[in-house]
Amino acid sequence: MNATGRKAKAGSGMSERPFTHQLLADMLRIRRMEEKCAELYGAQKIRGFLHLYIGEEACATGAMHALDADDNVVATYREHGHALLRGVPMDAIMAEMFGKAAGCSRGRGGSMHLFDVARRFYGGNAIVGGGLPLAVGLALADRMLGIRRLTACFFGEGAVAEGAFHEGMNLAALWRLPVLFLCENNLYAMGTALDRSESQTELCVKAASYKVPTLKVDGMDVLAVHEGTRRAAQQVRGEGGPFFVEFRTFRFRAHSMFDPELYRGKAEVEEWKKRGPIHSFSAQLKAAGELTEDGFLELDAEAEAEVAAAVAFAEAAPWEPVEDLLRDVTTPGAMR
Amino acid sequence: MRISYREAMRQALHEALANDPRVFLMGEDVGRYGGTYAVSKGFYDEFGPERIRDTPLSELGFVGAGIGAALGGMRPIVEVMTVNFSLLALDQIVNSAALLRHMSGGQVSVPLVIRMATGAGRQLAAQHSHSLENWYAHIPGIRVLAPATIADARGMLGPALADPDPVVIFEHAQLYNMEDDLRDEPNEDWACDIEHAAIRRPGSQLSLITYGGSLPKALDAAAELARDGIDVEVVDLRVLRPLDTATIAESVSRTHRAVIVDEGWRSGSLAAEVMARIVERCFYDLDAPPLRVCSEEVPIPYAKHMEDAALPQAAKIVAAVREVLNV
Ligand SMILES: Cc1ncc(C[n+]2csc(CCOP(=O)(O)OP(=O)(O)O)c2C)c(N)n1
Ligand SMILES: [Mg+2]
Repeated sequence: MNATGRKAKAGSGMSERPFTHQLLADMLRIRRMEEKCAELYGAQKIRGFLHLYIGEEACATGAMHALDADDNVVATYREHGHALLRGVPMDAIMAEMFGKAAGCSRGRGGSMHLFDVARRFYGGNAIVGGGLPLAVGLALADRMLGIRRLTACFFGEGAVAEGAFHEGMNLAALWRLPVLFLCENNLYAMGTALDRSESQTELCVKAASYKVPTLKVDGMDVLAVHEGTRRAAQQVRGEGGPFFVEFRTFRFRAHSMFDPELYRGKAEVEEWKKRGPIHSFSAQLKAAGELTEDGFLELDAEAEAEVAAAVAFAEAAPWEPVEDLLRDVTTPGAMR
Repeated sequence: MRISYREAMRQALHEALANDPRVFLMGEDVGRYGGTYAVSKGFYDEFGPERIRDTPLSELGFVGAGIGAALGGMRPIVEVMTVNFSLLALDQIVNSAALLRHMSGGQVSVPLVIRMATGAGRQLAAQHSHSLENWYAHIPGIRVLAPATIADARGMLGPALADPDPVVIFEHAQLYNMEDDLRDEPNEDWACDIEHAAIRRPGSQLSLITYGGSLPKALDAAAELARDGIDVEVVDLRVLRPLDTATIAESVSRTHRAVIVDEGWRSGSLAAEVMARIVERCFYDLDAPPLRVCSEEVPIPYAKHMEDAALPQAAKIVAAVREVLNV
């Protein structure tokens, strides 16, 4: 497709710029934000589990730009990029990582549970596969209420081994619900390589066994991700039933900050890094004469500035008073 | 009007479905089959397959879908056939339904009702006889109800649906055929409170505290004791989470003695929690140590005499009351 001429969608951040530049800018925003998170983790500003998306940015970036603002999104614990591109302000994400009340989940969720219901972002879910049944239910509600939107559900390939995947896939197909299943296959579930956990490593075959249409996409290529997701979304919107897209991708960093990466060799990681989504896409744009080095540096500087502002915001934000500990367990002022 | 517990529940469901288009019932065999306990008989024809939604055998999947549908603006009633199979859905109930509000910093509510049959007593053997109400009552973020009377079977569902947070309703399988009078004034509003315990039989000498399928047994025991001139108060917890400590404490501080009856196993039981609260709140009011009548610590056996021996029975309750009263 020729995406070059398109302008960035409203609400996806930043000023009017070519669509390709917006994609690049968004990948950089995720990358720079997460690099800062890793640094802040070292400084003990961010604690708990922190799962970086570095290397996989093309997936969330291409996919999010193919969704409508009104679509529902369900994600995993590796969802910083998804939240950001859904429109959650970086300030609110960073404050959440710090555990501050100004965070997008009021500091109660942390890195793995970024929520923004106003943007129909139904959260990071830290139970592998846990989001799939929720996505099915959101789509069911839309269908029953006559609302025309789809529910996009991101998950890793590890989830494919869970019952929730199979139950969710079957329900969505059986009831023909508008769920867009987006599987980020980075080949590892923590330390377990796909072929060490699945007898059938062709994930599309699994989905197809539920009569769900499938598409396998190069997850390191942001344009391919965008185009694949766009086509899949179009089919979901048109025909109502679910669709399964597999993004072939790779995480360049450890699973979490606690992972010594004993299960894979440096060579494998280095090989994948050559196909890094940011530098390969910017090289592609430069070769086509659509981007200059200065242009790239400008986008990068913008991302860095946004990150710096977000960190300053999170630093300055106050702690929630401990007296508020018991809030948000049940709905206040509720009819009883 | 004399009706069964099953009929009371059926009427409550019917009313909910008829009054609110957002309400739908989903679960295994709720539709064509008419409900495992025949509670939704006839609904499939009346409300159609969209709103009386038969599901595959996918407890995790359809309970999760119920949560998602609740997030999406519906008012799902998910029937999990029995508590025994709810173990396959426990992850979605505990890790999603109960936590989403908190993890999102208060951005969402999950207005979901989950109904399930519970309890032993029909020689269904160990895998089909669980009483795990206390597992659910342990979890902040969900409300747990145990209707044990016809009025509660009729009246609890409406308020449960109006609750913006998840509510789990336990229907003891032994109660479905129980019959009783239900007030039947015209335009009766059946809705009852889902906050408080209820005193089912006032008494002065001892508080007999129970819930669910053990309530009829406790009332039988109280009636038998009354024939011997022993005046026992029977408290029905009704709401297992949050527990109504005030009503329990008020009763015990009046009677100065307590026996707690619970079909769950003794170790880590709801009865243990009630007893702990009595000790915390009423220690100096007590004239004797409280006792518990719980299930014996054995998987529920198949053989009738063994099953009977494993469960709380009126005779055991009478004996416990006499022991506490030393009569
Ligand atoms: C039900 C469940 N089991 C185990 C875990 C621990 N765990 C967290 S992430 C993970 C690997 C998941 O891999 P994958 O789905 O491929 O996603 P990725 O981390 O690669 O993005 C595991 C096993 C969990 N969170 N939930
Ligand atoms: Mg993976």
